[in-house]
Parts: sequence; C-alpha cells; structure tokens
Amino acid sequence: MRYLPLTEADRQSMLEAIRAKTVDDLFRDVPEAARLAGPIGGLPNHMGELEVERLLGAMAAKNIPAGAVPSFLGAGAYRHHVPATVDHLVQRGEFLTAYTPYQPEVSQGTLQVLFEFQTQVALLTGMDVANASMYDGATSCAEAVMMANRITRRKKAILSGGLHPHYRDVTTTDARFIGFEAVALPPAPTGGEDLLALVDDRTSCVVVQNPDVFGHVRDYTDLAAACQAKGALLVVVVTEALSLGLLTPPGDMGADIVAAEGQSFGNALNFGGPYVGLFAVKDKYVRQMPGRLCGETVDADGRRGFVLTLSTREQHIRREKATSNICTNSGLCALAFSIHVSLLGEAGITQLAQLNHAKAVQMADRLAAIPGVEILNDGFFNEFTVKLPKPAAAVVEELAGRRILAGVPVSRLYPGQGMDDLLLVAVTETNTDADMDAFAAALTEVLA
Amino acid sequence: MSMNTQGRPSAIPAGSAGFDGVTGTVTGNRGLQIEEPLIFEQDSAGRTGVDLPDVPKVASRLGAVKPRARVGLPGLAEPQVVRHYTRLSQKNYAIDSGFYPLGSCTMKHNPRLNEKMARLPGFSDVHPLQPVSTVQGALELMDQLAHWLKTLTGMAAVTLVPAAGAHGEMCGIMAIRAAHEANGDSGRTKILVPESAHGTNPATAAACGYGVDAIPATADGRVDLEALKAKLGPDVAGLMLTNPNTCGLFERDIIEIAEAVHAAGAYFYCDGANFNAIVGRVRPADLGIDVMHINLHKTFSTPHGGGGPGSGPVVFAQSLAPYIPVPYVTHGAEGFALVEAAGDGPAFGRMKAFHGQMGMFVRALSYMLSHGADGLRQASSDAVLNANYVMARLEDVMTASFEGPCMHECLFDDRFLKGTGVTTLDMAKALIDEGFHPMTMYFPLVVHGALLIEPTETESKASLDQFVDALRALAERAKSGDAAYFQAAPRLTPRRRLDETAAARKPVLRWTPPVTVEAVAAE
Repeated sequence: MRYLPLTEADRQSMLEAIRAKTVDDLFRDVPEAARLAGPIGGLPNHMGELEVERLLGAMAAKNIPAGAVPSFLGAGAYRHHVPATVDHLVQRGEFLTAYTPYQPEVSQGTLQVLFEFQTQVALLTGMDVANASMYDGATSCAEAVMMANRITRRKKAILSGGLHPHYRDVTTTDARFIGFEAVALPPAPTGGEDLLALVDDRTSCVVVQNPDVFGHVRDYTDLAAACQAKGALLVVVVTEALSLGLLTPPGDMGADIVAAEGQSFGNALNFGGPYVGLFAVKDKYVRQMPGRLCGETVDADGRRGFVLTLSTREQHIRREKATSNICTNSGLCALAFSIHVSLLGEAGITQLAQLNHAKAVQMADRLAAIPGVEILNDGFFNEFTVKLPKPAAAVVEELAGRRILAGVPVSRLYPGQGMDDLLLVAVTETNTDADMDAFAAALTEVLA
Repeated sequence: MSMNTQGRPSAIPAGSAGFDGVTGTVTGNRGLQIEEPLIFEQDSAGRTGVDLPDVPKVASRLGAVKPRARVGLPGLAEPQVVRHYTRLSQKNYAIDSGFYPLGSCTMKHNPRLNEKMARLPGFSDVHPLQPVSTVQGALELMDQLAHWLKTLTGMAAVTLVPAAGAHGEMCGIMAIRAAHEANGDSGRTKILVPESAHGTNPATAAACGYGVDAIPATADGRVDLEALKAKLGPDVAGLMLTNPNTCGLFERDIIEIAEAVHAAGAYFYCDGANFNAIVGRVRPADLGIDVMHINLHKTFSTPHGGGGPGSGPVVFAQSLAPYIPVPYVTHGAEGFALVEAAGDGPAFGRMKAFHGQMGMFVRALSYMLSHGADGLRQASSDAVLNANYVMARLEDVMTASFEGPCMHECLFDDRFLKGTGVTTLDMAKALIDEGFHPMTMYFPLVVHGALLIEPTETESKASLDQFVDALRALAERAKSGDAAYFQAAPRLTPRRRLDETAAARKPVLRWTPPVTVEAVAAE
C-alpha cells in the first residue's frame, strides 16, 4: 500500500509502546456484534497506479468532452479557455493541500489570495464587499434570500421567471424546510413580467437574473429603486460571470445583494462541480453576510497581514444562533478564478467579454438565416434562445449523433411546460468559425 | 512610500533607502521569504497576461443595457502573475510540506494520481446538461462511487449532491423532516445534539427550523445515555451524533442509543466526519444509524485547497431512502439515466445547481480503488494506531482528557499548563516555530483548553516521533517557567501574531485605490 508508510516492524514497536497486543484491541469499544472480522466483501482489493488509470481512463473515454466537438452548451455552466498558467499554479502543493487558514501566521498565502479575490468580485459586481466564496451560484442565491429575510425581518421572496430553474429550486427547497415563502413566477421566455406588482409589506426581496436564463439582458435600475422604496431588497443573480466584463454591473443598477456563479473564470465544466459561488453586498449588510471573510490587519511587528474575520457570525462560535451552517467555501476554485482574472486584467477581461458577445451575435445571425428558426432575444450577452420548428430535445439528440453539442433544450430545464421547441445556445471564445458553420449546416439539414 | 486607505504601508517601501525595522533588510525580504505586494499594487495600465484574438466587427446587441465603463482591475503580464502566486504559495503551510495534526479536520496525503484522473477531459470537460447519451462514463463513475459508499456503510441509498459536509447535514435533516411530514407527524420540533458536536450540527438543526436541545457528556467523554433517554419524547425529530465522537472516542452505547431514538419515533443522524477511523472495520448501518454524511476529503482524500471545495455525500438506511434530493443516477433501458425532477414522490427538490462535485467524485473513487477493501481497512487501523501511539508517548507530560483507547485522534486539555502562564494558543504558536502546523485548539468545547491531535494514516513513525519530541520539549519548557518564550511565538514566520480583534472591530475586506496627493488637492 504505497500511501501507508508504517512497516510491520513499526506497527509492532508502536503497539508495544501503547501496551496493546494487536490493533484489534484498540477497537474494543466497538460493540462486538458490529465488528467486521476482515475486509468488506463485494469490493476489489487495492490496485496499482497503472490499473487505476486504465479503469478510470476507460470510463472517461465513454464521454464526449465538450472540447472535442463543436459545443454550444450554457445555461449556468460555460466552457471558456483557461490559460495553462491557472491550472499549473492551482496545483502547487502549498495551495492545493493547505487547510482552511485558521493559523494566519502560516497561511498568509491563502489569506492574501482571498483578500484579492474579495476585491476582484467587488469590482466586477460593482458592489462594496464580497465574501471569500460559496459552494456555487445556486446555493449563493438561496443564501442571498435568507440574508434578505434577516435584514428586512420579512419572510417572502419573489423569484423572477427569468431565474435559472435550478437556482429557483434550490431556493424553494430551502424555503420549504427552513420556513419562508418563495413565490416563483412562471418562466417567461420572451420577458414581460411585472415583479413590482407582487411586492408588498411582507416581501423581503425580489430576485432577478442578468442575463436571465433565456439570455435576455435588462437594466434593473428602476426596479431596484422601486423595491427599496417598498422596503424590499433587490437580489441580482449572475450565472455567466464574464458578462460582468461588458454589462453595467448590478451594483451600478442599485442591487443590494449579488449572488453569482464564478465557474467561467479559471474553472473547468467538471460535469457540474465543483464551482465557485460569488456573493457581494452593500457595505451596510456586511455583518449579515454568510460564509467566510478575510480581512486586513497588522501583526505584532506592525506589518500588514490578513486573517479570517467577523467569525462571530459563524457556526463554530454561535452554534444554533449562527448566520448559516456553512463551514467550507470553494477556496481552490476561488484561487483559480482569481488567477484567471489577474491574467486577463482590465484590458483582457474587456476584450474577452466583447469577443464572446460578438461571436454570439454572429452565431445568432447564422441561425436566424435558417428557414423556420427564430431568435427570441432583443438584447443578449453570449447566450440566446432559439425557437425551432421541431422539438428541441430531438434535434439536440440528432445533432449529438453527428458529434455536435447543439445547446440545452429548454424542456430539459422546464419539463412538461410547453416549451419543447425552444433551444438555448451559448457561444464563447472557444467556438471557432468552423464550429459555428458546422452547427448551422447540420441544423439546416435536420430541420429540412 | 505608497499607503493604502488605512494608512498602513503597502509592502515594499519602494525607493526608500532605509532598512526594514523587522527584517533588517532594505526590501523587507528575508532570504527565501519574499514580501509580496497585493496584485492591485502592481498595476500597469494596458498590460495583460493573455493574448486574445481580435474582436469581430459586428454591431453589438445589448438591448437596453449599456456597456460598462471600467472594472478597475490591474494589468499584469504573465510572468508577473506567475511570480505573484508562486510567492504567495510559499507563505502557506500545507500537507505536502509538513505534518498537519488538525484533529477533526483529517489532513492526509493527497495523491497526485487523483489529480491526474480528475483532469481527464472525459471528466473535467463535460457539461452538466449534455445529452445523457454523451456522458455515460460520468454517470458510471457516479454509480460506482455510490456503490462503494453504500457497501462501506451498509446503507440502502445515497445522494452525491451535497457540496460539503455541512451541506450534507442539511440534506440529512431535511430528509428527516420530510419523513416526519410524510408520516403526518408534525409535533416533532426538536433535534437533540450532544455538547461535543461540531458547531455545524446545532447550526444545521436550527437552520432547518428545529429547536436544539444539548445532551451532556459523561465523565468518560461519551453521550450520557440516561440524560438522552430523559429528553427523548414525542417532540423529538431526531438525534445528531458524531461517531467516533469529537473527543476521539467510540460511542460504546451506540446500539442502545439507536434503539432508544427509534423507540421514541425519532431518526438517528450520524455526523460521519470521523468515518475514516472506522471505514472497513464497522458498517454504520449495523449500528442503527438512519442517515449519515461522509466528507469525501476526510475519509477518501480530496485536497482541501485552503478551505474547499468539499463534497458531502449522504447515505440513507431503508427508513429514509425514499427521501433523497434530485438529481440522481438510475439504470435505464439504454444504460445510465438521470432523474432530474422530484415529481410527486417523496424525493425532495434540489440542493445545488447540478449533480454534485464531480471533480471530487473522481478523486475519491481513484483513492478507493488504489486502497481497495483491504487497504481501506489497513488505513483506518493505521490511523487509530498512530493516534494511540501519539497519546501514549505524550501522556506523562500532557494531560489526556479521557482514558483510551482513542480512535483516530487523541484529546488533551490544558491542566498540564496550570500555573505556567502559557495557554493552549501559546503552545500552538510555539509549535509553528518547530515546523509543525498546530493541532486543533479549544475544540471540543467539553474540555478546558483542548488540544486535539489527529495524525492520520499517512504519517510515518519518524514524523510522529519528531512531532512528539517537539511537543514534549515544549511542555517541559512551559513547566520550567519560560512563559515569555511562548508569548513571543511564532518568531520565524512571515507574519507574527496578527491582530484579529482590530480586524473584526473595523473590518477592511477589500483593497481600495490609494488616495493620492493630487486627488486630495483637487477636492
């Protein structure tokens, strides 16, 4: 067993030091009836490195990686090019195998990264402060609603029909078990919902998404002001963080809380996780914020340093009175996010966002030229909704057979809700002209 | 010297000829320990670390939203970014560089094979909403992992969705609540939680709308069975218990505890954070547990990454198996299928955007296969042996809180420091100078000034001996009356005793641009 350093001789001498005869003696507190005499049946014994590589390699080979074929999938997870430097630095053992920075003297690396990450997220979202990451965008959204409930002492959240249905579901699951009301509006693929009309004196917040799940981009400045006038907060969700490089940020629209998915920067698709939840708020709400926070301070010699702070909100101190039960964040994914954003810098992020938008415009034009195909969006960033003359799921399946991942059928997100002919198409810098031509040509054939 | 808004010097005193008062060097650097400014302090407008293709000239279609003006990010070229993060990494302690005896946190070797497997494009580069026909291997991996977890625990069902241990607790308590609701049993408003529980346990129960009632510990560090029985009644929804518990001890009465809980109509939740002590030696289902989360990073080694990501699958006995969240993998007519919507059944809704922490699943399965059933049993045996060895070698200089045998971690309290003027915190900081990450301090709360040491199975006897020798020497130094030595520790780290009170009192949570003389003059 290459991971276990003890030799038989070590084990014998250690047992002597303990004055035990066998290791089994050390398990004597386990009720006898429940003690297993030997290895559990039904599982293989240990394997060498080569054997494990073969086994897992064979499983991996049964999947079609998005990068191997033209791929236009989005809906909350985006394939972007991650510079080689990001993964190299993330894999440095001092980052990869460190624990939560509870001992600041020997964790200044992780702590400074978190401080810089918080600053980057605050800048991107246009908010005052951000925390050191959450599990993912959906849990971040649910936490934003619970935070709004605490701040306003109200218990009703209004969820826009443009909110990603998975985010909606995570929030309504919490609502059911934690005990608040979440009013979810029906999906509106072409927009046009009157959120403000639903806001009453029991409403803690309105949750909107920008760009929304159908790709529409909107200005929420008026809605923010109107909500706040009624004592409710505006929560803005962002599932494609790269859009923050081009669009008016939520903070400038007057958002109180921003909950976002940061996977687009530095993190692979990973079949849905791990991702990195972003969470940013106005200054006055800092002490109600869930999750970890890193703060600047000085050390015994007066030099600048960093520590985890405001932990009086946290479960290990407040226990049943804690702001949330969150213990872990997404430290390593936040690091990857941070390195990627650092490499891009102001000039890079602007250009990358423009590139995504321009390619999406080109793709939308190619698809709109196909007979029977209609684009539903007036304004979009790098994703839009296409109306097809046929059920989208069948089209996607047929194109997958031709090794093209055509996008996400809206019926997969909203099963049985009469949106079978809608397809969500995302375009990023990874899509070449040839990819776009191949998709358009294949779709033309399938629809003919 | 550039100052930030708090008036503190920002790292390198550029252009100043003076010597740093702390290091005695001009730069503030100390040999290989190099000072590194914030990335925002290295900005050069227009610089970038990426080369992107030109943007095609098309009319933008942003609808009513205006393009933003500036983000305010700094510009750096690639070599500067590489150096920045490399230097920062060197200010971290990590399991790759040394022994990390953090009790209850389980810091063990992270094999790079797992990293290599997680980065196979067939796992890392698949989209969660690809047609299921194109992700059969990913679903097979999830199915395999589920099989291992069910077999090792003896349980009937598993969800892989929860993103972390605490998220798994939430999932388990939600399942308990859903089951009581389905049974029309609405009068159960309390969850019982022992005093020694992880702080996440009471926080989880409270977050799920339950009242929390604490169960005291006995003199030998276990749950007080009589006190538990006295609190069990028709108002109790469940018990949350950690086993082995946070004192490092196996709950000897666990089968009786389970029977009492079930007799009262409640469910038995086990915090499985310490499962690595018993994996392959005991199956939780055989102890009467209804539901338990498993921290993949603790028991099956996925790297902790400075605080995450985690992964907290939850296993369920038959009693709670119907109440699991979506999505989950099933065997369909044409291979593996995914159930993505809860429907009308007892399964409850989503807890996370997609299927769970796939990257962690690959790492954990890679570790399971490398160990096999035989190796996992050996691993828990070695973890327990190492902890008992450390305890035996320290017992005469430090005060063990409870009589052994302990499981994978051993607990001391601060009685041995009485009258020395040295605290548990001081001991921890002195240990840093010796090249070790400190043990867990002040937890569990049931003993005073706790020091909880967890060696794990991947430490050699030589590394344990060196650690024990250092601790013994420090304990003796403390008793000799040299408190000043401890209070000044650590001396050799990049920073010394940071002011946490000041950080909390007036929080500075982000960098803000320095205020220039010109800007002040212009106002």
